[in-house]
Order: sequence, then structure tokens, then C-alpha cells
Amino acid sequence: MAQTKQELAAINRRHYEELRAAGQELTPKGLPDPTALDGAPIPPDAVMHQEQVPPGWYLTLCLRRGEALRIIDDSGRSSVSLLAWRDEDTSERINCADTIKVQWSAAVSKGRVILSDMGRVMLSLIEDTSGAHDLLIGGSTPASTLAAFGKTRRNTQENFLAAASKIGLDVRDIPPCITLFAPVSLDPAGRFSWKETKKRPGDFVDLRAEMNLIVVASNCAHPLDPARPDALGWPVTLVKYRAPPAAEDDLCRTASPEAARAFAFTDRLYA
Amino acid sequence: MTDQDAVYAFDIPAERPWSRVLKKGQTLRIIDSEGQQAVDALLYCALDPAERYSSQDTLRVQGSAYVGLGTRLISNKGRVMATITADSCGRHDTSAGCCSCESNAVRFGETTKYQHACRENFILELSKHGLTKRDIVSNLNFFMNVPIDPSGNFTVVDGISAPGNYVDVTADMDVLFVISNCPQVNNPCNGFIPTPIRLEIRPMADP
Repeated sequence: MAQTKQELAAINRRHYEELRAAGQELTPKGLPDPTALDGAPIPPDAVMHQEQVPPGWYLTLCLRRGEALRIIDDSGRSSVSLLAWRDEDTSERINCADTIKVQWSAAVSKGRVILSDMGRVMLSLIEDTSGAHDLLIGGSTPASTLAAFGKTRRNTQENFLAAASKIGLDVRDIPPCITLFAPVSLDPAGRFSWKETKKRPGDFVDLRAEMNLIVVASNCAHPLDPARPDALGWPVTLVKYRAPPAAEDDLCRTASPEAARAFAFTDRLYA
Repeated sequence: MTDQDAVYAFDIPAERPWSRVLKKGQTLRIIDSEGQQAVDALLYCALDPAERYSSQDTLRVQGSAYVGLGTRLISNKGRVMATITADSCGRHDTSAGCCSCESNAVRFGETTKYQHACRENFILELSKHGLTKRDIVSNLNFFMNVPIDPSGNFTVVDGISAPGNYVDVTADMDVLFVISNCPQVNNPCNGFIPTPIRLEIRPMADP
């Protein structure tokens, strides 16, 4: 029986309301607590590479599917902005908007995933002590450092440009980024503010690659971080290690129906 | 301003794309003809399309999450590309991106994968200007209501725009303005029924 536009609209509205209730009421109840600051030690024989990134600088790393990256805010005063591209086809890249809307939340934390623009999982947050990350405002830029410090400083936008250029990409390949350890909150009117109390020395996030990736991490103060004109910043530590693969009952895979579908679509790339 | 002042007018049918260069000083009026219709938009510097609209730079400079009267649309090089100079709706989004076949399949189930989507529109329209999927960044969503609550909950809810509501975008440089009249039928951004929108380009204001 043919449905009228209005009947179809009513069916789609009911479907949307069911998905919203699941995404905003059921899913968050199933998410794990944050990782403890002294939790989740990496087995020494799993470590593949460890490096400190000086303040203002960036590091580009290749992660194969199943490898993970621990990013540690040693001082509790740093933020780390991230981009990722799929190694085999760099037109597939991190997509903050899809990451937010698919998971019904602008807050990412342990158990959540970071999606590409192709409906696939790039990175899973398998450990996270912080849960205070920004996907809306992005990293520092020449203009934001000029406004904060009265002169242009090393910044994330130029770091990304340099990192992209070194792998044959350019400014067209730089999408909106995620910034870890950046406690940006919103008031009901939508105004942003910085919640310094949510930052602790030793906070870390473990990101497991669900596809072969090129990742760039930029260690620059977030634009909302109160300016400290006398401080150049602090180093952060990156540890690349072999992680257990995302099993059928994996925390991130099973966190929501949306995540399960994104994992299934990702698995097809490698089936 | 009366209709006679318009130097260009065009009705974009439901679900279709559009693009045109706006000269510096020109104003594009986007009219939500029938109400509750999301209009996805991207801007590129006409002289150098590597300079393009940046949602994150725009929100950082503004200090708040929603687009409305007075919002300056900032490029990835930190320059003002255009400004919202009139707005009878009051609420527009720039955090939710555009719909795609791929994200629809993840959000709403695989049965929605073969439905038309904004990204298909953007890819086809950008191809006329030598641009590709690489060049699609997080876009503006005029007339789209996406409240973000303090806990982070992020929800596309019913649009608040009434039939005839409009938003004026005045170009601060020559910009390639690209629109997808959103075909989404799986969330309330179009009231679940996509409809046409009207565009009018106004002459430059007197200096």
C-alpha cells in the first residue's frame, strides 16, 4: 500500500525518537567510568615506540589497525590536538561533526569512538582518565595566539599544515580537529568556557586504531586555555603500543547500536 | 528592501544543490519558503578555494556555539568571509556537518544508505568548480536547530523557522557560495519532508 508523504514522515519521526531515546538515555548508562590515573598499565613488551613532544611541536605517527596510542598530559597543563587520515586513501579523514551527531553527544570519553567521514571508526577511546575533550572549537591558530599573547606563537594550525605537507597533503586536507585534555563547557546560551579543575597531571587517553592511519598530534595550548605569557608550555608523552583487537564484546564496539554499525562497516574494509 | 531590489532570484527545488560567486558587498538572502527546511552551505574564497569556511575558527572567534545575527563567518586563514546581516529565524547550526549516505547508514541503519544526501549534492556541485570530496569541510546549516546542552547532549530537533523566514549573508570577499537543499528524511531538520527554498541576491549597499 502506497504511503503518503505525511504517513512516511510520521513513521520516520517515531524511528528518530526511538533512536534518540536509546542514544541519549540508554547508551550513556552503559558507558564505563573513567580510567584511574594509575590504571591500565601498558605491558612493557607491547610498547613499540615512546616519544616526548616538546611544547609547541607536533608528531606524526603511523598506526596500523589494532595498534594504540597513549597520549599523556604529564603536567596537567597541556592540550593535544589530533587529526587522522586513512593510510590507503587520505581523502578519508577524521570527522568531528559525524563523531558528535552519530553518538548524540559532543562529549567523548572512554567507550566512545572517533569516526571518519565515511561512516567508519578511525579510533576508539579504550582508556581515558579525563573525558574532557573539545570537538567544537579546534586548535590554536596564528590569530588565536596573537590575541592571547600579543604576538604569533607556534600553533596547531601551522603544525597541521607542516605535518600534512610532509606526507604529500596540503591545507585542503586539514579538517576540524579534536583537542584532548581541553575542558570546554557550554552554558545554556551556548557560550563556551574553560573548566581548569577538570585537568590533572598524568591524565591520559588511549586511542586504538581501527583502520590503518596516519595520525598527527600537536602539543599547543587550546585557544580557550587562559594565556600564560611567560610559559612556553610543557611536554607531552606519546606511547605507541600493540593493543588487543576489538573483540565481539569490545567495550567501544558494543557501546551503542551506532558504534556497532560503524565497527561492522570498518571490518568490511579488511574482510 | 522590496522584491524589486533583487538582482537575482532562484528557487532551489527540494533536495537539490546550487552554487554561485557572490561579489564582495553583495548580500545573499536565503528564504525558507515553506518553513523547517535545513540549508547546508559551504563558502570558498573565489580567488583561492584552498581558503574556505571554517566552523571551528568561526565558533572560536565568536565564543559561542550557534550562528545568528552578527556572526562573522571565518575562513581557515582567519579572515572574515561573510557576515550574517539579517536573520528572522534566530537559530542556525555549524557543528552538525552535512548528511551523507555513509553517516546515515551508521545513524539510522543500513536501509538508509541508498537515500540521497547533502554530501552527494556537495560533491556534484563542487565538481563544477574543480573541487572534490577533499574540499568538503564542516558546513553551515541554516534554519537547523541543534541544541547542545551543558552535559554534551547533541540533538537535531524540530526547526523553529516559519514559512518565509530568511537569513542574509553579506560577502566580505568574493566567495563561491555552495548550497545543498537538505534531502534528509530521517531526522526533524526538514520536518521529515524536504521542501524548496528561495534565494535572492541583493545589490551592493551604498558605500
